[in-house]
Amino acid sequence: MSETANLVGTRWLRRVDPAVATAFACIILLLAFGSLYSTNFLSPEYLLQQLKVASFLGVIATGMMLVILLGQIDLSVPWAVAVGGMMACAAAAYGTVGVYLAIPFGVACGAAIGLVNGIGVAYLRIPSMIITLATNAVAQGLMVVYTGGFSPRDSATAAMRFLATGSLLPGIPNAVVIWALIGFAAVFLLTRTTFGRSVYAIGNRERAAYLSGIDTRRIVMVAFILSGALSAFGGVLLAGYASKAAQAMGDAYLLPAIAAVVLGGTSILGGRGSYLGTIAGVILITVLQSILSVMQMPEAGRQVIYGILIVAMLLLYGRTPALR
Amino acid sequence: MTGDWRYRLARNRGTLLAFGIFLAMFTIYVLNHPAGFTANVVQTATNKGVLLAFVAMAQALVVITAGIDLSVGMIFILTNCLASWIVVGTPLQTALGVAGVLAAGLACGALNGAIVIYGRLQPIVATIATGAIYFGIALWLRPYPGGSVNEGLADALTGKLFGIVPASLAVLAGAVLIVWAPFSRSVLGRAAYAAGSAEPAGYMSGIPIRPAKFMAYALGGLLASIGGLFLTFFTYTGEAAFASGNAYTLFSIAAVVLGGVSLYGGTGSGVGAIFGALAFRTIGDLLFVFDLDPLWQPLFQGVVLLVAVSLGAFGLLRVRSRLEWFR
Repeated sequence: MSETANLVGTRWLRRVDPAVATAFACIILLLAFGSLYSTNFLSPEYLLQQLKVASFLGVIATGMMLVILLGQIDLSVPWAVAVGGMMACAAAAYGTVGVYLAIPFGVACGAAIGLVNGIGVAYLRIPSMIITLATNAVAQGLMVVYTGGFSPRDSATAAMRFLATGSLLPGIPNAVVIWALIGFAAVFLLTRTTFGRSVYAIGNRERAAYLSGIDTRRIVMVAFILSGALSAFGGVLLAGYASKAAQAMGDAYLLPAIAAVVLGGTSILGGRGSYLGTIAGVILITVLQSILSVMQMPEAGRQVIYGILIVAMLLLYGRTPALR
Repeated sequence: MTGDWRYRLARNRGTLLAFGIFLAMFTIYVLNHPAGFTANVVQTATNKGVLLAFVAMAQALVVITAGIDLSVGMIFILTNCLASWIVVGTPLQTALGVAGVLAAGLACGALNGAIVIYGRLQPIVATIATGAIYFGIALWLRPYPGGSVNEGLADALTGKLFGIVPASLAVLAGAVLIVWAPFSRSVLGRAAYAAGSAEPAGYMSGIPIRPAKFMAYALGGLLASIGGLFLTFFTYTGEAAFASGNAYTLFSIAAVVLGGVSLYGGTGSGVGAIFGALAFRTIGDLLFVFDLDPLWQPLFQGVVLLVAVSLGAFGLLRVRSRLEWFR
């Protein structure tokens, strides 16, 4: 009897990705460390607040994870986020119809950026980091022309503010609910659909996936469109949170999004990783940010710690095989 | 022997094309410039161009090995901030300061190389992470813009030699002769090209692949630090500007592509990257001579970048089997 239980136990343990377990352990360690500073760190209000802040990063990291699973990368996140926020606010300035269409319009603009990325990577076979850097620059240029170089004056709609700051269910912020819904959708997509299985297959070996009859180019393009749309949706939420969009609002999300996905055990080479890991990575990054700001660590130190942490985690999990 | 020139022409096609693009752009620029072709116009244009030229040459070294250095702009910013502290005082102190800045650049590049080659990490993510570290240090050195530089040296190196030749261009030529030419002609340089075109084959033939890649990253850091030094000479201050660092990383990739260096590695040259950088800068400045609103400049440069990287897609037309799409 106990032997079977033992077997089940070890089998369960074997299924747990060590990276995901490490990430969750790091979160608990950080919270314990934080509680030495202030007991607030373990209060439900603080934890819920952290979850709310994490949900913006979580939405953006979901798209990033899809692309990284393919073995690609999306460096157009900063301006896809900004375009989402700014275009949603801009649409809101066009009367009642504009107010209704604000959120879809912002997300659609992000999807358009993703479409250009997707066509470039999938059909023109341009390396993803190059084409996404280029579309990032074009998106920035478009926004500079649109705003005339000033910070945009349009403000967020009531719906955007409600999504980001309100709470439909008592006690649970809407942003957390949205992240949970997007998370469920992502898990379903990755584990229960042919699209998801194809994403993993392409990440492992695109050549083999192509030979087994998968339309790899279409899958890659759709993944980039989803990434762009999710980044823009993150921007819409952020604009709702701050009640207006800002030029550089996305700059602070590129590195954390990549870091969250990688820290959660998703292989940067593609083909391996679970959404649970990404959740752990997002929460880990958010709690780390929170503790560094409570410790009044200046921005300089935060950047250095980020960089070192990512390199350290990559050295643990992300090494490519040696030349032989 | 008769086929030799043809081989050389084919090998340097990218560099020659970059030179041609630059020449065409610069001719249009000068013909439309209100002051015309004078030493001052050339000096201003050069001083704008050399910063990117140094960073692009740094990027080219790494890209030739089929890697990429996304921290190159941040090394540029970090060495700018460092120079605004230590390149001051008596001639001896200034010389030590310059040496210190160059050593810092070399160390940053070596760290990238060590992490990518001996740590076996993907260069994209590894250099994004080290870029964050370098920017953090830059911000620690200069939380606010400020500092100073030895103005005598700065004016000498940003002025004109014999009243005609821009001094910065002479330094750029010096960097080509001292850093690029010996490297590309050495065994390590050959091995860097081999690493870019067929790494396993090169490794099997006993070519020093890893030392060559390490050297490429380290020398890239050194070249970026010369750029950082010149930025300090132009502005007299150090500033930890995140946007500027990112822009230089981005433009260096555009310049490398324009300069005929393949992003898949193995072809191109540092000289081509220089012409690519000068051409890219001239294209950006064309807007000014045609009196267009400077607001359009970021968009214009972005579109140039997008078109430049899309040109690589023409290689797809030569592919015989669809399987070659997937590397």
